[in-house]
Amino acid sequence: MNAANYLYVSALLFTIGAIGVVVRRNAIVVFMCVELMLNAANLAFVTFARINGNLDGQVMAFFTMVVAACEVVVGLAIIVTIYRSRRSASVDDASLLKR
Amino acid sequence: MTSNYLVYLIALPLFGSALLLLAGRKADKWGHLLGTAMSGGAFVIGLYEFTQMLGRSNEQRAVTQKLFNWISVGSFQVDAGLMLDQLSICFVLLITGVGTLIHIYSIAYMSHDLDRRRFFAFLNLFIAAMLLLVLGDSYLNLYVGWEGVGLASYLLIGFWNQKPTYATAAKKAFVANRVGDMGLSLAIMISFATLGTVSFAGVKEHAGQASTGALTAIGIMLLVAATGKSAQFPLQAWLGDAMAGPTPVSALIHAATMVTAGVYLITRSNFIFDAAPTAQLCVAIIGAITLLFGAVVGTAKDDIKKALAASTMSQIGYMILGAGLGPAGYAFAIMHLLTHGFFKAGMFLGAGSVMHGMDDEVNMRRYGGLGKFMPITFATFGLGYLAIIGVPPFAGFYSKDKIIEVAFNAGGIKGITLGSAALLGAAITAFYMTRVVILTFVGNKRWAEKAHPHESPALMWLPMVLLAVGSVASGFIFTHGNSLKNWLAPVVEQSPVHEGELLKPAVVSVLALVLVILGVGLAVLKYVRKDIPLVAPSDVSIFTRIARRDLLQDDFNEALFMKTGQGITRALVVTDKSIVDGAVRGVARLVRGSGSALRLTQTGFVRSYAMWILVGAIGLVAAIWVVTL
Repeated sequence: MNAANYLYVSALLFTIGAIGVVVRRNAIVVFMCVELMLNAANLAFVTFARINGNLDGQVMAFFTMVVAACEVVVGLAIIVTIYRSRRSASVDDASLLKR
Repeated sequence: MTSNYLVYLIALPLFGSALLLLAGRKADKWGHLLGTAMSGGAFVIGLYEFTQMLGRSNEQRAVTQKLFNWISVGSFQVDAGLMLDQLSICFVLLITGVGTLIHIYSIAYMSHDLDRRRFFAFLNLFIAAMLLLVLGDSYLNLYVGWEGVGLASYLLIGFWNQKPTYATAAKKAFVANRVGDMGLSLAIMISFATLGTVSFAGVKEHAGQASTGALTAIGIMLLVAATGKSAQFPLQAWLGDAMAGPTPVSALIHAATMVTAGVYLITRSNFIFDAAPTAQLCVAIIGAITLLFGAVVGTAKDDIKKALAASTMSQIGYMILGAGLGPAGYAFAIMHLLTHGFFKAGMFLGAGSVMHGMDDEVNMRRYGGLGKFMPITFATFGLGYLAIIGVPPFAGFYSKDKIIEVAFNAGGIKGITLGSAALLGAAITAFYMTRVVILTFVGNKRWAEKAHPHESPALMWLPMVLLAVGSVASGFIFTHGNSLKNWLAPVVEQSPVHEGELLKPAVVSVLALVLVILGVGLAVLKYVRKDIPLVAPSDVSIFTRIARRDLLQDDFNEALFMKTGQGITRALVVTDKSIVDGAVRGVARLVRGSGSALRLTQTGFVRSYAMWILVGAIGLVAAIWVVTL
């Protein structure tokens, strides 16, 4: 099977994730879209590793997973805290930085 | 020869000044005594050095002391060094001697002043600066002292600066002196650029190799410096106003010592002026103009101190004239300087004594007949008067006649012109000094009603008596066996060529005496018999009015320099506001405008930030793609 197909899938997933981040209001969904972009990147890493015949991309994918795991912990904690304080998970409601 | 004591000449009064200024009110009780002691101590050191000097042969009399390496930049080396030679010692003894007498006088004169301690601090500062001026062994060291005396003069003229006019007078003196100081600094710069050195010895050694043009430039700049400090034409306007200071200051700084610094500078730079005849001629001309200028102004002044100030200006004109006549005149310029130091300081102290007894009245039209009430003041003032108008055998006769004689013998039209000017000046001097004496001490009483004239205390008349003795004897001592001329010979080298004499000394003396008698007679005729109006009459000729206005010098300065300066200032203010400030404010406005425009992009919505990040990332990828393609 042609390795380029995996890259197309990766690009598709990344685009879906990016559009999701920009258009969705629900913080959980936005968060999931970010994860989608990360996994798209991971897929690209692994594919390139396969194409080049070395393990560099595989190793990088592991790093990304670790970072993503940490990010999920912190991010979910923030979302839960925000939800508790303002009874909403909409990212547009948390626009206090402007003022 | 070196000496280790020279520095103490300066250090003692400097220490006194610093202590009195720093100690504040605590020193009020003994400040005046300390100041006088410090000045007296410097006089004792000066006397010691003088006796040491007398014991050595004529060529080895100069002593030096290196203090420290002051400036060391590449090939430019200046040591802070002191040099005491035959010329400086004359000044050292005059400054410390007359200075100490005036310190003593001031103890009594300023006894009612709350700020007497500060006054003595400034007086000591002046003594220190003036000694540095005459002891410095290079133009740069001299410059430090030169500025120091300017500062002391400014502080003392404005001593009673609670009166705005006095503060203005101080400022005027300071500004006029700045013009002269600029001349001195330019002379130092030219000297360094062309000769590579600024020490007296170095300049003297290298002066022979420099072009006449460069030496003339240095000479003219030194002359500018001298006109500023010595109140010579055209920078003389400040001296009359400088009389705002307390009278001892007028006596010490604005008659006996500081204003003669210009004469010292020119005599000290004799090697430059002797090699630059044009500059030397300028010096003589300036001297001749000023001696007439001052004398004419002196005839019109009703303020006793201003009349004496005009007289000082005129007498320094004589000295500058003498110094401008080259090797033949230097010694007589210095001699007139020393005798003038005695008689003019004495007369100023006399004027102070009169003011002391007359409730600080300075208008001579309110005096009259004071001789009976102030016999000692009258006697000492009278001796100074006889000295200044040049009656033999008083001091002025010897020194002034010598200058007139040398001027006549300068040769050609120059000699006749300068000599006639000096002779005419002597006649006018006799007239206005007689006028001062008659208006003050003789005639009917024209006092204010509450005036109770009385003789001043001994602390005041003692210095006056000592100075009067100097006015009587100094001329004879200096000329006896040409003592001062031979004494100064190693410093101001005598010209070997002796020009033919146009007039014999005896002829000059007789001519001068006849003119003096004419001047005195005219003044007696004009002022003794008549009643003197209390207010200066206004229906007088245009000449009198011009003379009362200092020969329009102030008006001239105002029209030419002040108005122009103000115009330039106004133009600069406009330029500053519209162009310089405009540019700065424009930048500020630009930054503020762009800031408020960019502020609109900060919405606070996470999704819009994410959008911008996405756009940026796409832009970046696109850029890389375009570049690598």
